[in-house]
Amino acid sequence: MAGFVAPDYLIALPEILLAGLACVFLMVGVFTGNRSTTPLTVASVAAMAIALALVLGFGGEKRTSFGDMFIVDTFTTFMKSLVLIGAGATLIMGLGYVRREGMNRFEFPVLIVFATLGMLLMISANDLMALYVGLELQSLSLYIVAAFRRDAVRSTEAGLKYFVLGALSSGLLLYGASMIYGFAGGTSFAAIAEGIKNYGAEGPPIGVLIGLVFIAAALAFKVSAVPFHMWTPDVYEGAPTPVTAFFSAAPKIAAVALLLRVVLGPFHEMVASWNQIIIFLSIASMAYAAFAAIGQRNIKRLLAYSSIGHVGYALVGLAAGSEEGVRGVLIYMAIYMVMTVGAFGAVLAMRQKGQMVEEIADLSGLGKTNPAMAAVVGIFMFSMAGIPPFAGFFGKLYVFLAAVNQGLYGLAIAGVLASVVGAYYYVRIVKVMYFDEPTEAFDRPVGRELTAVIAASGIITALFFAFPAPILQGAQAAAAALFP
Amino acid sequence: MDWPILSTITFLPLVGILALVLLRGEAAVVARNARYVALWTSIVTFALSLVLIGAFDTANPDYQFVEKVPWLPEYGINYHLGVDGISIFLLVLTTFLTPICVLASWDSIQSRVREYMIAFLAMEVLVVGVFCALDFVMFYIFFEGQLIPMFLIIGVWGGDRRVYSAFKFFLYTLVGSVLFLLAILYMYLQVGTTDIPTIAAHTFSREAQIWLWLALFASFAVKLPMWPFHTWLPDAHVEAPTAGSVILAGILLKMGGYGFIRFSLPMMPEASEFFTPFVFTLSVIAIVYTSLVALMQEDMKKLIAYSSVAHMGIVTIGIFTFTQQGIEGGIFQMLSHGIVSAALFLCVGVVYDREHTRAIAAYGGLVHRMPIYAVVFLVFTLASVGLPGTGGFVGEFLAVIGAFKANTWVATTALIGIILGAAYMLWLYRRVIFGELTKPNLKTITDLSWREIGVFVPLIGLTLFMGIYPKPILEVMHGSVTKLMTDSQLARVISPVGGDGLTPTIMIADER
Repeated sequence: MAGFVAPDYLIALPEILLAGLACVFLMVGVFTGNRSTTPLTVASVAAMAIALALVLGFGGEKRTSFGDMFIVDTFTTFMKSLVLIGAGATLIMGLGYVRREGMNRFEFPVLIVFATLGMLLMISANDLMALYVGLELQSLSLYIVAAFRRDAVRSTEAGLKYFVLGALSSGLLLYGASMIYGFAGGTSFAAIAEGIKNYGAEGPPIGVLIGLVFIAAALAFKVSAVPFHMWTPDVYEGAPTPVTAFFSAAPKIAAVALLLRVVLGPFHEMVASWNQIIIFLSIASMAYAAFAAIGQRNIKRLLAYSSIGHVGYALVGLAAGSEEGVRGVLIYMAIYMVMTVGAFGAVLAMRQKGQMVEEIADLSGLGKTNPAMAAVVGIFMFSMAGIPPFAGFFGKLYVFLAAVNQGLYGLAIAGVLASVVGAYYYVRIVKVMYFDEPTEAFDRPVGRELTAVIAASGIITALFFAFPAPILQGAQAAAAALFP
Repeated sequence: MDWPILSTITFLPLVGILALVLLRGEAAVVARNARYVALWTSIVTFALSLVLIGAFDTANPDYQFVEKVPWLPEYGINYHLGVDGISIFLLVLTTFLTPICVLASWDSIQSRVREYMIAFLAMEVLVVGVFCALDFVMFYIFFEGQLIPMFLIIGVWGGDRRVYSAFKFFLYTLVGSVLFLLAILYMYLQVGTTDIPTIAAHTFSREAQIWLWLALFASFAVKLPMWPFHTWLPDAHVEAPTAGSVILAGILLKMGGYGFIRFSLPMMPEASEFFTPFVFTLSVIAIVYTSLVALMQEDMKKLIAYSSVAHMGIVTIGIFTFTQQGIEGGIFQMLSHGIVSAALFLCVGVVYDREHTRAIAAYGGLVHRMPIYAVVFLVFTLASVGLPGTGGFVGEFLAVIGAFKANTWVATTALIGIILGAAYMLWLYRRVIFGELTKPNLKTITDLSWREIGVFVPLIGLTLFMGIYPKPILEVMHGSVTKLMTDSQLARVISPVGGDGLTPTIMIADER
């Protein structure tokens, strides 16, 4: 063991901190019981805030550690920031719900912290093994929180469905990884890239391609791209609303980060192969989500289809395969995170007579009964539909810009036409809120922390056009890291 | 660079919106204050735009009052505003019609007044922005952003089938716009900037021009609207509240024509020339077909909506003649139609507010009870027909002169359409105003109130002014149109065919 070098723990400080604190929180919870749920939630948010500060503080130039398994660069900084902000915001939003709706158990914040830790590890993975470990840590925590209302049938069904299909996708991933290991001769991303390159001009053998397809399918499952999306509507609808909000904000971003890292890192040489897969996933997701969402009555289910569609748009940028395209994906995901957190915040505020409601029809006449909330939800819906001047328009602008620049006109035209179809179901919500006669008003007040999160995301969505620089520059730097 | 007057005009209504949002108190008080806030904001904006006209230098054909500030410097996208002779009057038309819309809604809108006024002021910001923007991204944001307030105006304050109409309007317009967006992206990638004057100076390959032209056409043809993309318009007009129809007919339709003049002609001259027969065909069909359809309408608003499609057909013919008269006629026709059709919708609104029906058959003999109304309606009916002495005449005359130079058949058919226009408008007038007053519910109908007279007087004044002494208006647009004809790439394409189009021989120049 002469060559042993102590790993650089410092670059993994946010993860180490979260892991340590999660164990501490677990202990505190075990000894104090469920009455400490709220303090632990607040502490978890604080832990994520510290982790965010560390991520931003130690971000910057590319460094690896733990035998090249763990990487930190501007890309991981950007993605980790998004994940931590999304996770923290959804945790804060859910405080009231957790207290009221029989989810007041200390495991909830602890599991969320573990899931977040798994996502950070996924984003920093530089090796198929590290990737799998991070992914499983995240997934296992998520299976549990999906079924967290264990006495509600829908919630347990969601958890079980998610578990079975998630396990299947993990299996696909492992199988693909083993093929890659066998044919490319390594598990580290650098080794795989090297191995593929060594095959030279005639290209890698079919085994590598099969491995790539399996890995891509597994990751498509995680980002819920069509045709691997089947779990999404059921899980989103069945899981408790704060969990759904968390699902759509944080894990999605981590999974997209992973997808970007994997196809652009080790498989960079095989652009022509994975590019077709991504284009198919992208068009299928955009089109399917746009049509499937039209008939939905449940707002959570609708947002599930919406999230499938959004992944499709984000993948347009990846299909372009250029640095510009990746930048578009990152901008898109950042904007998506803000919008989706806000939209789920609004869903959390949908309570009538102390009962949560989730039908779109329950929003009827919100423009009269609660004009402020209706205006914010309206902004989110127009933004998700991609209508300027709201943020969602810019997200689409940057991915389509990249696609047009790469000559992917067919993809771009399919995308914008799908966005018109998709606009219908977003605008339908505006119609319900403003054109229909009021039914029953929602309970007020909705809670300070929830109002704050909704307002913050509403302001960012509405005023992004005036102050786009932070997100644009962050995404620019992050995209550059994937194209050395 | 002194005082940024264009930004002030564009964003001043935002101050009004802010004030409206902050209004507090009882519902009735808020509603009353909201009306006054909106009225004063829009009047001040209009006054500022008059200052703009006063300061406009007619001799300068370039963009004036230019403001340019980097906005997204990494992408070469600027905050870039400016007006020239083509856009300045469309801008003033917007600021002029907004206070009229506010006044027209004074009593007829009773629910959610504050939100209504916010929507109208937001419309004003966005439309003025469209006519000022000299950067494609800005233009698109303003252009597309209008869908939101207009969707709400139709859907919240509209008639019985408002939901259907609002969706139809929204989705139709959106389909066209997204293709336009892709065209913008392509041009950006070719030229490296979204600056409109820079792109106008860039020469695209012929094939690229054709695709780009089609993408832009998808957007503008829906907006204008051209036959057969017009079907959203009658629905939207019928269901929109009166002021919504005024904005729609008066201003929103003009953005399509403006788009053709500002983008399609100078940026894709070869494609424009290539597609001229296509545009002529659609326009001629639009004029004749929608005139015939208008003849058969039983709903007053629908009739006027179809007449708008016919009038816009004349605009497109004028624009695509590539002659000085044709283009100036097209612009002039847009301006006069903006006033006349707006006024006609207001006329419908007057009787609708009293009787709550737009069916032609429900009226008759109104002249006996409403003499002032009869006069007002007559003025605008004749203006719509294109009687000399009204604004409608000048535009149609110039456009048809241009058309005769380009293609006799097109001009002849357009004239047939104008005759049909006289038929349906005069018939409408006869059925509503003349005859015996037999319907019992009309026996008590009241003539125009002072507020309504106040709305119509400036419109009548302007129509007559434009008809009797159009020179000041034509003079302002003359320089910029001449520049479009001679300096832009368009000149290279049209010079072999229409040499006479380059020297402004007829009429305007002679008058001077």
